[in-house]
Amino acid sequence: MIKLDLDRNKIDKARSCAKSIASKVQEMIIRHSTHSVERAVLRLMGLDGVDDKGVPLPNILVGHLSDRLDNGIALLAASAMIQKGLTIEELAQKVSEGSLDLRNEKINDPEVASKLAVDLARKGFELIEQQRNNRENAIVKLGQSPQPWLYVIVATGNIYADVIQADMVVRQGADVVAVIRSTGQSLLDFVPHGPTTEGFGGTFATRANFAIMREALDKAGEREGRYIRQVNYASGLCMPEIAVLGAMERLDMMLNDCLYGILFRDINPIRTFVDQHFSRMINAFAGIIINTGEDNYLTTADAVEKGHTVLASDFINEAFAGLSGLSPWQMGLGHAFEINPDISDSLSLEIAMAALVRKCFPDAPIKYMPPTKHMTGDIFFGYVLNTMFNLVGTLTDQGIQLLGMLTEASHTPFVSDRYLSLKNARYVFNAARSLGSQIQFDSEGLVSRRATEVLNEAVEELSQIEKEGLLAAIARGAFADIKRSTAGGKGANGVILKGPNYFNPAYPILAERIDAAITEVNKS
Amino acid sequence: MTETLKTFSPDLKALKPYGSALDDGKIQLSFTLPIPNNAIAIAAAKLLAEKMGMISVQVAHAVDLGGFTFFVVYGSTVHKVDITSISVPEITMKKISRDEFDAEIKKRLGRRLVVIGACIGDDAHTVGIDAIMNKKGYAGHYGLESYHMIDVMNLGAQVSAETLIEKVREYRPDAVLASQVVTERDFHRENLSELSELLEAAGLRDSVVAICGGPRITHELALELGFDAGFGPGSYAEDVASFIFQKMMERGRL
Repeated sequence: MIKLDLDRNKIDKARSCAKSIASKVQEMIIRHSTHSVERAVLRLMGLDGVDDKGVPLPNILVGHLSDRLDNGIALLAASAMIQKGLTIEELAQKVSEGSLDLRNEKINDPEVASKLAVDLARKGFELIEQQRNNRENAIVKLGQSPQPWLYVIVATGNIYADVIQADMVVRQGADVVAVIRSTGQSLLDFVPHGPTTEGFGGTFATRANFAIMREALDKAGEREGRYIRQVNYASGLCMPEIAVLGAMERLDMMLNDCLYGILFRDINPIRTFVDQHFSRMINAFAGIIINTGEDNYLTTADAVEKGHTVLASDFINEAFAGLSGLSPWQMGLGHAFEINPDISDSLSLEIAMAALVRKCFPDAPIKYMPPTKHMTGDIFFGYVLNTMFNLVGTLTDQGIQLLGMLTEASHTPFVSDRYLSLKNARYVFNAARSLGSQIQFDSEGLVSRRATEVLNEAVEELSQIEKEGLLAAIARGAFADIKRSTAGGKGANGVILKGPNYFNPAYPILAERIDAAITEVNKS
Repeated sequence: MTETLKTFSPDLKALKPYGSALDDGKIQLSFTLPIPNNAIAIAAAKLLAEKMGMISVQVAHAVDLGGFTFFVVYGSTVHKVDITSISVPEITMKKISRDEFDAEIKKRLGRRLVVIGACIGDDAHTVGIDAIMNKKGYAGHYGLESYHMIDVMNLGAQVSAETLIEKVREYRPDAVLASQVVTERDFHRENLSELSELLEAAGLRDSVVAICGGPRITHELALELGFDAGFGPGSYAEDVASFIFQKMMERGRL
């Protein structure tokens, strides 16, 4: 690894500030649930499918019982199943038809109902566990590429066309395939159902689409002799549900940030914090690597001036991830190559930032995002910029390299754009494979000075946030120059203050593995 | 001397690409055919280039993408264009600085200008609208929010045309900005025409300067869709502000 001297104490200080920031928010998080958490619970208990109008059944039940959710949906559903002698799906279908009304239904025997709820949820977790084992076995059998992994996006809107393009990029050397979502999906308060062939700038994330892509990537991986990872987005209004469905269909990575939805989708802060916690516990259990979205800060804010906010946010994302039981190897903390290429020594500044993030989180597979802001219709210069990005990625041992596209500023990538970006990255990674480990930066030089400066600024920023509280910091515009109030944003009406008898059958099962869940079990 | 001059004077009535000599018509082209790379694929690429009006076609590079073939092709086009017959609607305006703008609005209007903007439809890419509207602006060009005499309301991502109209009704802005980044299957055209029709239907069209922007937006397209102006790449807040100022002057509102 690249040699760069940093003040250990400063890194420790940043980490301890972030932990204190996150733990204060965590007190608020564990007092709440959300509609999407409750729907995720129903999905774990085996509820899937849609009614005759196409509404997902978890939405039917949660919507029907929305006035009674303070103690969770699981007991209500399980108790009704017992009393009516119905499966969970029949229960939801009858509610949808209007032939069953559970709004005043009493829970006769909470103990029996809770046992049923846990038994059902355990079946869901067994499926997730099995997928985790399948992944681990496939990696042992097929092997995997050394990091940085080559990550590319497909996004045709049609899952069957995505499969063709995904197969092509695997042949060309990709290790990770992300199916970017339809632009509208993050703000849908439900998960669409079934295979989809129409989307806007992307393909809808559905369980069926996950499975179709999984099968294709497994086949391609077998052929090429390396395990290929699939990525989707546990973000927006349905983080917990997408996490559950992704875990069941063996997604390998999930975009799953603790702040992104608040800042960039104007989703209610409490909703997002509660949702990220539950979804991350699922990801922790499933062995999924999360990706965080700090790169987005630099599309609005300047990369030199606000580099420290990226680092500060990485520490905060790490702290929240820890509180959800994710291990460092599962934390794909994000940052980006977004410094204006016109400024002098921009390459040194990029190396400083990349090396700094790498050093602060030595066990995390750092997710490195390509230039976007300074990409123009000049695809030839864009290709040069992407080459520099690849060089910095390999020099500084990034974990996950999201490849830049030369047509970034123009359109959804052509298949040839992906080919060119993979060829570029494979060349640079191979050509500079051991170069980073031979470099020792002068402690008085620009790279060291810049890394120290960003670290110091991040510590200051984190100390300030620790003092004022994260929610206040978000309201003042600490991240990405965007201000969000705690009460505002979309999805606020789906936040539930937990009652004294709140019950969630996922907690006792998660608690067997994840320390983070134990707190909640004790609470409820 | 005359010979030299001639060499470097393109014929504006018969303009051709310049590769390395006048009128050589050289074109470089790259594309992918969804067939495997073999002799037939290469012949197909050449034929396709010829159908595009290229002669002396050279397939410089053909590579298999995994069942598809990517080509880099060179040739000379047989076509030429008469540029003396082209007319392009361009935004004609006098650019004014932020200080001038603020001073003029203060003097002529005596109140702050209200500007509402949004990324309309399903589009969630606020980079463009933020670059124009937010204080920080882009590349050293401060946004409209930094103008003393403008009240800015940036509604952000995924705002439906109906919502935007409601806000226009409520706040009676002087200008409306609509941003469209995603242009897949021409959604931008659909969204922008919808907005312009709704403005018209609500009787609000004449009360606002309607502007759209985005990487694929041209002034010509904007006019076609019923907007007053369209701003593409390389436009900054001062361009938009100058246009609003000029349009309001034209309409006798200042």
